[in-house]
Order: sequence, then C-alpha cells, then structure tokens
Amino acid sequence: MAYVFAMIVYITYLAFKKNPVGILATTVTIIGFLSQTLALILRWKETADLSGMSFLRSAPLTNLYESLIFFVWCLILGYLIIEFKFRNRSFGAFITPVAALVLAFIDLSGVSKEIQPLVPALKSNWLLAHVTMSFISYAAFAVSFSTGIMYLIVTTEKKNEPSYIFWTLTFGIFVIVMAAMGIDFLTFKVSVRPEVFVRSYLFKSTFLNTSGAVKLLSWIASAGILYLSWRYGSVLKTVITKFNVTADMLDEITYKSIAIGFPIFTLGGLIFGAVWAEQAWGVYWSWDTKETWSLITWFIYAFYLHGRMIRGWRGKKVAIVAVVGFMAVIFTYLGVNLLLSGLHSYGSQ
Amino acid sequence: MEQTKNKSFVDKVWDFFASVKLAIVIFALISLTSIIGTVLEQRAEPATNIQILSKLFGESLAPGLYNLFNKFGFMDMYHSWWFTALLVLFSVNIIICSLERLPRIWKLVREPVEPMSADRLRKLPMSREVVLKGKPDRVRDTVKEVIKSTRFRYTEVQEEKGCQFFAQKGNYTRLGVYLTHFSILIILIGAIVGIRLGFSGYLNLPEGAVSNVAFSHTNKEIPLGFSIRCDRFDVDFYDNSDMPKEYRSWLTIIKDGKEVLTKSIVVNDPLTYEGITFYQASYGLINENIDKGIFVFRVILKDGKTADLNLRWGDTFQIPGTDITGKIINFSPALKIGENGQAFTYADQMNNPAVFIVFYEAGKQKYSGWIMKRYPQTWQLPDGNRIEFLDYWGVQFTGLQVRKDPGVWIVYLGCIAISIGLFISFFTNHRKIWVEVAEEKNNSKVIIGATCNKNRASFERKIERMISLLSKRQEGQK
Repeated sequence: MAYVFAMIVYITYLAFKKNPVGILATTVTIIGFLSQTLALILRWKETADLSGMSFLRSAPLTNLYESLIFFVWCLILGYLIIEFKFRNRSFGAFITPVAALVLAFIDLSGVSKEIQPLVPALKSNWLLAHVTMSFISYAAFAVSFSTGIMYLIVTTEKKNEPSYIFWTLTFGIFVIVMAAMGIDFLTFKVSVRPEVFVRSYLFKSTFLNTSGAVKLLSWIASAGILYLSWRYGSVLKTVITKFNVTADMLDEITYKSIAIGFPIFTLGGLIFGAVWAEQAWGVYWSWDTKETWSLITWFIYAFYLHGRMIRGWRGKKVAIVAVVGFMAVIFTYLGVNLLLSGLHSYGSQ
Repeated sequence: MEQTKNKSFVDKVWDFFASVKLAIVIFALISLTSIIGTVLEQRAEPATNIQILSKLFGESLAPGLYNLFNKFGFMDMYHSWWFTALLVLFSVNIIICSLERLPRIWKLVREPVEPMSADRLRKLPMSREVVLKGKPDRVRDTVKEVIKSTRFRYTEVQEEKGCQFFAQKGNYTRLGVYLTHFSILIILIGAIVGIRLGFSGYLNLPEGAVSNVAFSHTNKEIPLGFSIRCDRFDVDFYDNSDMPKEYRSWLTIIKDGKEVLTKSIVVNDPLTYEGITFYQASYGLINENIDKGIFVFRVILKDGKTADLNLRWGDTFQIPGTDITGKIINFSPALKIGENGQAFTYADQMNNPAVFIVFYEAGKQKYSGWIMKRYPQTWQLPDGNRIEFLDYWGVQFTGLQVRKDPGVWIVYLGCIAISIGLFISFFTNHRKIWVEVAEEKNNSKVIIGATCNKNRASFERKIERMISLLSKRQEGQK
C-alpha cells in the first residue's frame, strides 16, 4: 500500500520539476499530498488495529520509514502553505526535490516498510506530541534551508566570494554523497537495515574501495564535481531569477520558517522530549547523543535569530547559518541514528 | 584616582560579559565540545573509546589521543568542571546581556504614545490616507468604531482642524525575550537543585528480594529511608518473536515494617514514594538461581476443576483426582526446538521459559514433553487434562532506575515559561497606531500611521482592513 503511494508521490515530483510553472504542478502536488494523507490515516488505523492500542498511541511515527514519510508530508504541507500565501510556485522547484530525495533515500536504503511492533519505551501518549512537533519543525527548517540556499544562489555575484564558495561546495558535496550512495546501492544490491548498510557498505564501492585506483578515481571525481559546481554555479542563478523570485522574499521566508520552526522545536522536540524522557528513562536530560545534537541544532538557530534580531544581520551571513542549521538537523535526525549509539535508536530500524 | 581605575576594570568585565561575541564563542564551545562528547561514549570502558578513536584516527594515534582526551575529562565531559564552567559562563552572559539592554527596552515598554503631526505620520513605516465625506464631527464616530473594532484602546486629542486618536498595544510583549532568557536560567537552577539535593542510581532487585538502598553509578550505597520489595516480574512478548511487548514489576514499599504501597510498574509508568521514583529500566536472569525458582502451575482437570501448584525443580507432583504423577526434570529459560527435533537454549534471558515434565501412571512412564509458558497449545496433556505454566518465580531480577530529583518541578516551570516566552517573542508584537482626522475642503481626511517591532505584514493587513471598513461604513450611512 505505502509503497505504491510512495511511487505515485515520487513520480508526481518528477512531473512537478518538469513543469515548474503551471496549475498542473500544483494540482499534482495536492493530489499527491491528499493521497499521502489518506495513506497516513490508513496506516494509522492499521497500526491501531494490529496493536490493539488506543488511537492516540498508535500514530505511525515509530521507525525510520514512518518518520521520513511524515517528514515529507509536513514539508509538502509547508510548501503548499507558502505557495498559497506568497502566490509563487517557483519555490516548489526547490522544496519538492528535497521531498523527492527523501523518498529516493527511503527506496535506496531499503528501509523496512513493515508496521513493526512497538518497544515498551515508545508506548506513551507523548509519542504523538513529541514526534509530530519535532517533524513539523524539521520540515520548517527544511524550507528555510531551501530558501536559504536559493538566497545564496541569487545574491552571490563573484566566484571568489566566500558565500558563493560555500553554497557551491555544499551543493557539490550533496551531489557527491548522493551519487556515492547510489553507486554503493547499485554495486551491492543488498537490502539490510540502514545502520548496517551505513556501517558495512557505505562508500565501500568508492572512497573506501579496497582497490587504490578506484579510491583515487573517486576522489578525483568528487574534486571534479566540486569544481564543476563551483565553475557553473551561476547557471542555477539564471534559472532561479527567471522564476521571478526576489532575494527579499527568500530572506523573509527563511526567517519566517525558522521563526515558526524554532518555538515548535523547543516545545515539541526539547521540552516534550524531556518530559517523556523523565517518565520513561527517569531523567529529563541525559546528554544522550540525540539530545546533545538537538541542543546543538537549537544553538545554531538561536544564533541565527540573535544575529538577525540584535546585530541586524541580513542576507548572506544569516542565510549561511540557516543552511548550516539544517545540516545539523539532518545529522540530529539521520546521523545520530545511523552512526552514533544512544538511547534514541528507535528510528534506525 | 583609585576609584576611576577600579570602575573602569568593572566596566571592562561588564562589557566582556555583555558582548554578543562572548555569547557566540560560548555557543560554539558548548557545541563543539558536545560533538566530541557524542562521538566518544560517555562513562564507558576505556577499550570502547580507544576502539572508536582508532577507527577515526588510526591505531597508532588512538592511545595517545585517549590519554589526552581523558586528561581533560572528555570521557565524562558533561560532568567535568570545564563544561560546568561553560554553562556558568553562559548563564552570566545571559544575565548581563539582559541587564545591559533592559533599561532601553523598559523605556520602550513604559513610554506613552504621544500625538504626532500629520507630516510625521506620513513618514512612518506604515501610512495610509483616505478621504471621507463630511466634516470631522460627522465622521468621528465612524472612525472611533473602526478603531474599537481593532481592539485598540485609544486616547483622543482635539486639534484645530479635527482630532487625533492614538493608541498602542502589546508594549509588554517586548519583554517576551526576557522571559525566554530568564527561563533558561530557571531551567539551569532546577538542574542544579536536582544535582545537589537529588540522586540518581539503580537497583537490580530479584523477585522476592527486599532492599533499603539503591546504588549510585559508582556503586555506592544510597539509603532510601524505606524498603522496596519486588513481588514479581514478568515479560510479555509479541507473538512468535523475541521482541518484548511489555515488562512489568510488581513492587511493594515497606516503611517501618508495614506495607504501605503496592504498585505494578512498566516503562513509562513509574512508582514514586517520598520523592523517590522507581522506573522500569531493564531486567535479567539470575544465572545462579536458575535451579532455585518456583514453578507456578495451574492444573485444569477434564471435569473443569482447577488446582494451583507451586513446585521446585526435581519435585514430583500428582494431578489431583488421578493416579498420574509428574516429575520436573529440566528447565530452559529460552527453549528452541531445532530442525532435527533437538531442543536447545538459544538465549540467556527468559525468552521462552519451558519446563520438561515426565508423567507416570502407576509407576510407569506415560508421556513426557516440554511445556512452554508462552505457548498455551503445549499445556494440553494427551489425557485431556491441562497444565498451565504461569510463572517460574524467583529467577529474574528487575532493573530499576532510582531517582530523586526535587529540581524537576523548577525545570518544568522553566519549560512552561520558555514556551510562553517564545510564543510572545515570535507571535506577538508591539503596535502603535495614530489616526488623524482633519478637515479638508468640507470633507475629512483620515491619515493612519503605524509602527510595530515585528510581524509587520499582519499589521499592514489590519490597517488595510481598517481603511476598507471606513469607506464601507460611510457608504452605509448614506
């Protein structure tokens, strides 16, 4: 069920990218969104039926697959709100690819799509509040990331400007990691749990290959990608400016989505998390890896807000902070689960 | 002379702490050191971290790096003196930064709105004009109503060519950011109270055992002031899997020799007594007790009669009303039957408790087999009687997290305050509005001027609405 629907949504986004302007794109997104909503509700009901738990406790948010799907849902919802508020469709070209990449990641990494039984620690009413709010804020941060990168693309002029180098490098590294993961997947064709995949297969076909030549080739290729992204980054700028997006608007959306995401993250992610941790583990704060990384993320966004409000920073400086902030979000969410150990390892199955 | 020198030193210290740069440095330091803290496992065996380090930096560097990190307390860094110092510095920075800006903000909060000239109104960041038919006396009430509908409480002044209304709203919302900062301090204070006056420990309590102490993480005894007994512990698994669905301990609190409280706890539902909370954390099998437990059976006879039996390993028992006897000869905490029919133990937890019983009738062996607690179909005997395997009591311990934290309510108070503070800071604003009504060629010119400190767009929409409302009202009057 969920697989078919994911495919639909995925294709939807591809279609979207090809028609960046037009009612079709919006319609397709809305249809995708509605079908996803329906799928979410169905899965929720199925979980409730299977586990025999109350409806509130059986929210489908208990493993990596479910949480990623929910993240995509929040992101698309956020995007639709922006589209209707700002009457501008061009952001779709940047936000829907993030959603598409997440869905691609789900398919590529072979995350288990089964409805899994809950471990005792997750049986709590806090699950719904803590996880939904965390993901709503992640989605808000993802929006700020997209618009932040767009802002940098639009405003940078010279190739030796630090912010230009920053965004082209970010973009390049992103492409490299995705490509390397794709190659890994195609080479090994294994479907194992993501953390096993990361530990035993990640980059084994490229950077960590046993053959020195392949290793060298991979590094040369990535250097090439970085160079290309740096050399031809301005092409993207021309593309975006065609969509009639102003830098001010981007700056404002970046700020607004952080202004929405930050309080939600504080309340839902940190505070509800603390209350729940106090109930389940007996400590509201235990410097668990996920908690620590959430705090780091919180600091980065707090830094963004202070920079903007007290020092009056606008533009490139804060846009970079917004981009870095979302990298911390990604690490908090995926990196911690897949690479580090800790109490919060539910999401890795 | 001495005085001024002294003062300038204090000033310097003050400026140092009031600087945003310091805040940034502290943010960065806390973040960077925390990253190291998440990579290195905290309070772990040295070998674990040496392994992590050698993975990252190669085996030759690992021991040296380990010693270096260890020297600076990175192996338990969140409790090290310098991390505490960073947090203290962070608090001082928050306090001083707030104090530094407070007088200015306080002035903005308390400052009353003053009437303004039309020219200045036109220069405000938000300014709109509309001409209404009729002299100011006639439109005045309409204007008043419209301002009232936006829930501003206005002051009115008469001017030579008409009148002016002015108002402000939400001036106290400027303090939201202080509430936010202040609540961070409350949370830190709560944490300190918890650390100073509370404790955190654990207690592994075997079924049937009583304890009046818990143990700290360094294995020191912590007296509880009462005793706690584990009456029973049980794990429920999901069907046909080894994934625990729920584990539950039945606990009794004994104070001065009297049983005062009995409660069963599960994960997410702890027991609290006299400020000390017991959380279900883990469980395990006590290997040296494996042959000392008590089997709890319920025999259900063909005719529906039942009998409860409590037996030990090696015991022989009689099925009531028959001449069939059973002898318990083996037990496995986690039994699995292999493909070739061979039974073996596959885990060192009670994943599938099974007991092997041989039945005799009139001294002759009749049948034998494994009876498994998790699988009722194995309870049925060939002769129609049924032996329910309810428990093998006394061989498991319940792992309890024991904690006393009188600071937790302070922390929660801080959490509530920070939520309110953030809400105020992000979703409310301080708005000022001036509405000037002046005569112009026998008609009235209404100028609306306004300022606000954030979320300007929504205020602009509101003013837009006021303008359209004004025109509409007037049309209605005609």
